[in-house]
Amino acid sequence: MMGMILEWLSWLLLAAGGFFVLVGGVGVMRMPDLYTRIHAASVTETLGTMLILVGLMLHSGLELATFKLLAILVFLLFTGPVSSYALGNTALLGGLKPELGAQDASKEGCEP
Amino acid sequence: MISLLGFMTLTLVAVAAIATVLATNLFVASMWFGIFSLLMASNFFILDAADVALTEAAVGAGVSTVLFMGALALTGEKEAIRAKFSWFPMAVLGVLALALFVATFQQPMLGDPLAPVHQHVAPWYLEQTPLLINIPNVVTAILASFRGYDTLGEVIVIFTAGIGVLSVLSFKPKRRQTISSEALAAKVRGVQHHSILRVVGKLVIPLLMLFALVVQFHGKYTPGGGFSAGALFAAAVMLYGILEGADRSAKAMPEKAMLRLAAVGATLYTGVGLVCLLLGGAFLDYNVLWSDPLIGQYVGILLVEFGVGLTVTTVLILIFNAIANRPTY
Repeated sequence: MMGMILEWLSWLLLAAGGFFVLVGGVGVMRMPDLYTRIHAASVTETLGTMLILVGLMLHSGLELATFKLLAILVFLLFTGPVSSYALGNTALLGGLKPELGAQDASKEGCEP
Repeated sequence: MISLLGFMTLTLVAVAAIATVLATNLFVASMWFGIFSLLMASNFFILDAADVALTEAAVGAGVSTVLFMGALALTGEKEAIRAKFSWFPMAVLGVLALALFVATFQQPMLGDPLAPVHQHVAPWYLEQTPLLINIPNVVTAILASFRGYDTLGEVIVIFTAGIGVLSVLSFKPKRRQTISSEALAAKVRGVQHHSILRVVGKLVIPLLMLFALVVQFHGKYTPGGGFSAGALFAAAVMLYGILEGADRSAKAMPEKAMLRLAAVGATLYTGVGLVCLLLGGAFLDYNVLWSDPLIGQYVGILLVEFGVGLTVTTVLILIFNAIANRPTY
């Protein structure tokens, strides 16, 4: 019984993770500029991979593989957002203007 | 399932290769190269070659991308456009591509047990490794013991490559330099204004070094060995150089010491072979190193892999420091 619940839970998490990876992929294709694309891609690398890894951990049970997956999860939680930050910050320092922010700013300028 | 995954990764590899060729900005091209290597690593992993995948990911996607970036920082990011289109190289490439294309149809299918590669020496290695060497990872047994001569050759090649890169980079043009590397490094000081990167980087560096040591000394049981461990260790030092400034990584890993350690690594490998000779065995025949031949193999593989790891680490660090610290003229 417990095993079946765990299995269902793991499949649920894996499916949810797959969904968020897909969402991230669609976002990268559809978003207008680099910053919003980074936002979409970071959904893949944080929420998507987290759900998939936790799903796999539930699947493997209490074994060495689970701890390895946990280590990978912690590593990704540290490095993923940081790489997104580095990418965005470098682009901003390199002089790439965010498209959406500029439009909003001009609107605010028109309607104070 | 395996063939489907392999088909996917190989298609993406082809896409990455074409994108690499088409990119005119060399930074973009080198990033595509890194993606290419990562895809190749996953493809190797799908084919169950975890040792090769680990090395490819560490060297191809990690270290060589950093080295490309460093070289581009010295030369410039725009590709020199050649106006002249020459037919001869195109014809050579076309013939070669056609030959390779035809050859793929002659190849045995993936996983075919009757393929020549599974009929030749591979069964012998698989049967004899538990008896003669008694370590679980057959790849390490083949690499360090059965085909120890090849690996010795590779180590010497890496050592020579390090010397070659150093001698090319130590050439100084006559023009006076505009800014010394120390002054430039002090001005920029790595990415010191990025506190987040530095804090997280410093968390990652010790873990990376620890993992490199695991890969080095656990290579008999799990995928790994001197080559991948050396690349990982060097990657940790490169990360330090990127975060804190290359002059500091050069200070932490000084050129003189690195050069000597690289020589020590290669000498250790050759020395184990010579000791085997002196003890009455053949060159690199580890059986004579201990009273029990199995322990002899164990000791020999450990020493030889340590030599490989030492040389790979130090040569990669040497090349990185030499490129990153070269003053701009």
